[in-house]
Amino acid sequence: MTRFTVNDRPFSTETDVETPLLYVLRNELELNGAKFGCGLGQCGACTVLLDGEAVFSCLIPLAALEGRNVTTLEGLGTIDDPGPVQAAFIEEQAAQCGYCIPGMIMRTQGMLNRNPAPSEREIREHLNPNLCRCGTHMRILRAARRAAGKPAGDQAALAERSAT
Amino acid sequence: MNALSGPALSRRSLLGGGGALILSFSLAPRSALSQSEEAQVSGTGPLPGSLSDFPYLDSWIRIDEDDSITVFTGKAELGQGIRTALIQVAAEQLDVDFSRVVLETADTGQTPNEGYTAASHSMSESGTAILNAAAQVRALLIARAADQLGLSADQLTVDDGVITGGGRSLSYGKLVGPDVLHVQAQPQSPIKDPSTNRIIGKAVRRIDIPAKLTGAVAYVQDLRLPGMVHARVVRPPVYGARLTGIDTSEVETMPGVVQVIRDGNYLAVVARGEFQAIQAMRALAAAAEWGGGIALPEKTEIYDVLKRLPSQESVIQEKGSGGGQGTRIEAAYHRPYQLHGSIGPSCAVGHVDGDRLTVWSHTQGVYPDRDAIAEMVRMPPENVRVIHMEGAGCYGHNGADDAAADAALIATKVPGTPVRVQWMREDEHRFEPYGSAMVVEASAALGESGTITDWVYDVWSTPHSTRPGSAGNLLAANLIADPFQADEPISIPQPAGGGDRNAVPGYDFPNSRVTKHFIRSMPLRVSAMRSLGAYMNVFALESFMDELALKAGADPVEFRLKHLSDPRARDVVTTVADRFGWSDWKRKGPGHGRGFAYARYKNLAVYCAVALEIEVEREAGLVRILRAVAATDSGQAVNPDGIRNQTEGGIVQSASWTLYEEVDYSTDEILSRDWASYPIMRFPAVPGAVEVHVIDRPGEPFLGTGEGSQGPTAAAIANAFADATGRRIRDLPLSPEKIRRTLEA
Ligand code: FES
Ligand code: FES
Repeated sequence: MTRFTVNDRPFSTETDVETPLLYVLRNELELNGAKFGCGLGQCGACTVLLDGEAVFSCLIPLAALEGRNVTTLEGLGTIDDPGPVQAAFIEEQAAQCGYCIPGMIMRTQGMLNRNPAPSEREIREHLNPNLCRCGTHMRILRAARRAAGKPAGDQAALAERSAT
Repeated sequence: MNALSGPALSRRSLLGGGGALILSFSLAPRSALSQSEEAQVSGTGPLPGSLSDFPYLDSWIRIDEDDSITVFTGKAELGQGIRTALIQVAAEQLDVDFSRVVLETADTGQTPNEGYTAASHSMSESGTAILNAAAQVRALLIARAADQLGLSADQLTVDDGVITGGGRSLSYGKLVGPDVLHVQAQPQSPIKDPSTNRIIGKAVRRIDIPAKLTGAVAYVQDLRLPGMVHARVVRPPVYGARLTGIDTSEVETMPGVVQVIRDGNYLAVVARGEFQAIQAMRALAAAAEWGGGIALPEKTEIYDVLKRLPSQESVIQEKGSGGGQGTRIEAAYHRPYQLHGSIGPSCAVGHVDGDRLTVWSHTQGVYPDRDAIAEMVRMPPENVRVIHMEGAGCYGHNGADDAAADAALIATKVPGTPVRVQWMREDEHRFEPYGSAMVVEASAALGESGTITDWVYDVWSTPHSTRPGSAGNLLAANLIADPFQADEPISIPQPAGGGDRNAVPGYDFPNSRVTKHFIRSMPLRVSAMRSLGAYMNVFALESFMDELALKAGADPVEFRLKHLSDPRARDVVTTVADRFGWSDWKRKGPGHGRGFAYARYKNLAVYCAVALEIEVEREAGLVRILRAVAATDSGQAVNPDGIRNQTEGGIVQSASWTLYEEVDYSTDEILSRDWASYPIMRFPAVPGAVEVHVIDRPGEPFLGTGEGSQGPTAAAIANAFADATGRRIRDLPLSPEKIRRTLEA
């Protein structure tokens, strides 16, 4: 039996402790936010927060979760009341297919938990583990800047970069 | 949500419910659509867009007595925002609020057969059909209201679906009656004056985004049916390998395993839990012994191999008498095999219920896929229903149809139980059909006045569409004990073209000869990848234009304008030059450069020009894109933010193809198995800024957007690299290793 919390609710499961968290979230808890993208820790589609830190849920086995706190996309807000990072992504219309976006939102949240005022360079470095194939990066960056309370536009970011 | 309403729901119950107007919804097309969407040229029929195939208004629009409005499209949302744009079109012409319209997308149980959602045709085919159908429905209802109210049509006003005149009002729902909309469309439609548009042309927010960003069921990957089990497939290591031996007894006793499926060379496992299926799949792969198979070509010789293979030659442009005078220059360009590389590997759910099979798939063509699947599982097509549910972006023919075939086949082995098949990352990388490797050779003469007097262009390519027409184009169908053979691939004809898409220059050259060399065989399995041959042809053509401009001592933008008479083409070029600040741009130092490129996609769709500025880091061999500026003319812009979104995306995606991407293989196997062995662009490397200017053409036909920017971006990068370093790279990708080698030479 493994016990941990998911989005502040206690959860326990008898599932084999080798099972990665991703499959438990998707199939036992029926949470859609964390996506399967590679299962290899290479793309970030499965990103969730573990005790506030962004992690690849496809790599974390249940065995590592006892007593810990998991936050998924669903834990940040709802369609009627999206959380601030979700709202920033909606505001910037930061999605094409949208499949990578839940992971991007969680990665951004993880960054803000650690560093509420990231520089442009820090935002890009922090998002580095997450891949997007639609090329939505510009909008994702704008959304991340907006979520961090910075001017969202590319031009301001360019100016910041060339100033440093 | 219809996709979730379950396999038990019959077409009849879907279509007949709720006192709706639909009585004889015409699902049979008047003429079958061509099996290859890439061959389609829209708007050639007597009626506009896809109305020519489905002329009845009620194939597109249904109005119920309760005033609810449903619009049907045979196209699918692929992340291009089509759902929102089509509703905008319908709401505008019907004169109802945007939020009132419900859109049903591709489902063989209820939408028209519009072939494939591809080639940037959704707006020109479905958008045009809905635009015209909606305008005609509105006119028809106004005429009925005039009749009932004893007034003339011009005494009536329409507001959000309510027609008012002489102090009385009638809602659309009150005006519809049996068969009112079951009438054939007219060739001409009373389209509203575009200057009065309130919804078309507005950057309406995409309706699908909030749900996707808060964890709703949004993708086929999220579909859960009661009692659903999980399957994984084990593929042969190389094309044509045979399963020579396997002992499945141990796998069968693994926890959760429901069944091991072996059918000829087809191998899969079904388990109750998803991770149990993965563990069993790994054990099964380890237990399988394979023999034989077809060797892959030597990667280092692939371009020679392509030129040596038998090819079918066709001259696709012959203009002037040839042999224009002047200084002649020549160049050859190469493109490797490249991946669609969907971020979410392909997935599908299949369910056999009695003699019926339902498949939920992110296919681009529910009807063609349905027919191919029915043939494979040997069921009548009317007993098979394929319902589109979104997947991750596909960018063409990726693993979607093959995963749908897996789900269908496996579902027939576990009848009564819904089965979800999820490809692993490695499955997608190794078994999706790639974008074809290509070779281009170009030669041109530059006259004394600095204009091009002669142009000769040859392009070699393997096929660009092997989509399922018949079962043989599904991987599973090739592997089963009683296999189906793949269809003979076709050479997609001009004007759209396949490997020769955009091979005909859009410039005014007095003499031009363009030849396509269609290679029917496929050393690596290939199919349609976003923009098909246009990516490579525009890369080559627009690189060569810059080489000629350099030779002529001309500014690249001026040089292009000198050969470009189409005013809309000139508009995108000058808009980009202005917004970029081309004429007073200054080089900051060595390694800093700028590049420009332009193309009209397929020479008949969206116009797009791109200018960008880069910095080359010599030691690391890296190109840093500082900023990119684009202008696009997609005809009447339904949703300018959607156009910007797709164009920004196209630029970044193309930058990734152009700077990093190449499928790796040995003669034994595909070596690109994951994102480490097939790197793509990451955040630190994406452009500093991307700026897209949408040139709106109210009232003009929709031209599509999704595939306009890839070719120009590739050439603009190569041109900027040449400008920054004085060296030209003609072989894609401009990878760090190639850049270092080029700069050291
Ligand atoms: S699915 Fe976890 S990193 Fe890709
Ligand atoms: S939006 Fe499609 S993969 Fe990122």
